[in-house]
Amino acid sequence: MLNVSIYRYNPEVDSAPYMQDYQLDTGGKDLMVLDVLELLKAQDPTLSFRRSCREGVCGSDGMNISGKNGLACITSMSDSVRGNKLVLRPLPGLPVIRDLVVDMEQFYAQYEKVKPYLINDTPAPAIERLQSPEDRAKLDGLYECILCACCSTACPSFWWNPDKFIGPSGLLQAYRFLVDSRDTATEERLSNLDDPFSVFRCHGIQNCVSVCPKGLNPTRAIGHIRSMLMGSAT
Amino acid sequence: MITNVTSFGRSGLYDWLIQRVSGVILAAYTFFMVAYLLCNDVTFESWSALHAMLPMKIFNMLAVIALGAHAWIGLWCVVTDYVTTRMMGAKATMIRVAVQMLSGLVMLVYIIWAIDIFWGVK
Ligand code: SF4
Ligand code: SF4
Ligand code: FES
Repeated sequence: MLNVSIYRYNPEVDSAPYMQDYQLDTGGKDLMVLDVLELLKAQDPTLSFRRSCREGVCGSDGMNISGKNGLACITSMSDSVRGNKLVLRPLPGLPVIRDLVVDMEQFYAQYEKVKPYLINDTPAPAIERLQSPEDRAKLDGLYECILCACCSTACPSFWWNPDKFIGPSGLLQAYRFLVDSRDTATEERLSNLDDPFSVFRCHGIQNCVSVCPKGLNPTRAIGHIRSMLMGSAT
Repeated sequence: MITNVTSFGRSGLYDWLIQRVSGVILAAYTFFMVAYLLCNDVTFESWSALHAMLPMKIFNMLAVIALGAHAWIGLWCVVTDYVTTRMMGAKATMIRVAVQMLSGLVMLVYIIWAIDIFWGVK
């Protein structure tokens, strides 16, 4: 029997959050954490969590799994069960709506700030804006982000200043558009980042790198942004 | 753009750059001092002769100013992480400004005091 301890909070009935213990017969299989949650939900329909694709592409089931942020659907029991115990909590630092479901408003607000879309004020060509294979390659390791928020909610700088620090996820996206050869708003984008918080609250702790389920490296992107800021200021 | 009157360079980039440069100066100073103390028999005469040299006076001054700037930016980061209205309500702003003024004052006093000491060495 697997012991699972889950953070429970229903603001309509509970005065405070608490940890609830469950027991589950996994039949000796190495299930994914999301499967464990589904089986528990069959036992207890009040248990709430988000999910959709169940294969690591939608980013909806980010949660704190035995102390480390990750996607429940692609984190196996063998990677997360310690001493026959699995501990599931919501992503840290964001307001909890219910159980493992968090309010992502703050996270999306930061994403919105970086204008995550191509800006190009030159006349649109007849068919499409072309990009050389080399320029396209610069977007690798950036465009794959699924906005699961595992990184930003693992970042202490984001916990303390979620309203001012853009956070690793938003900054990865900021760099994705800064480096895009088809974007013409580079200077404008940079000037929106040069305050003491947006980028510079990053202290290189690299929690973001260690949790990203897509294996991306926000810290490196942040370093590139810093160099670009330096280049445009000197 | 969020400017911030109590940050040191009032721009993220300047603060960051000053933090790096002052860090390098402090590391070089520490390295030099440790090496000097390990490799020399320090007497009152040799110690004051060292600090009477102009390059050493400049190095001392650089280190003191770097220390002041480094501490200012570092403490500013710490208080704007933890002493904020998000963390502790409306009283945070007052406390934070008070802490910043106090730390700024202490650093200025130290710098002036250090100038007096180091520049006075004959
Ligand atoms: S490297 Fe920067 S963005 Fe990533 S977790 Fe650390 S402080 Fe946050
Ligand atoms: S960078 Fe990685 S951890 Fe962060 S939101 Fe994107 S996919 Fe998730
Ligand atoms: S359910 Fe879509 S990423 Fe896990």
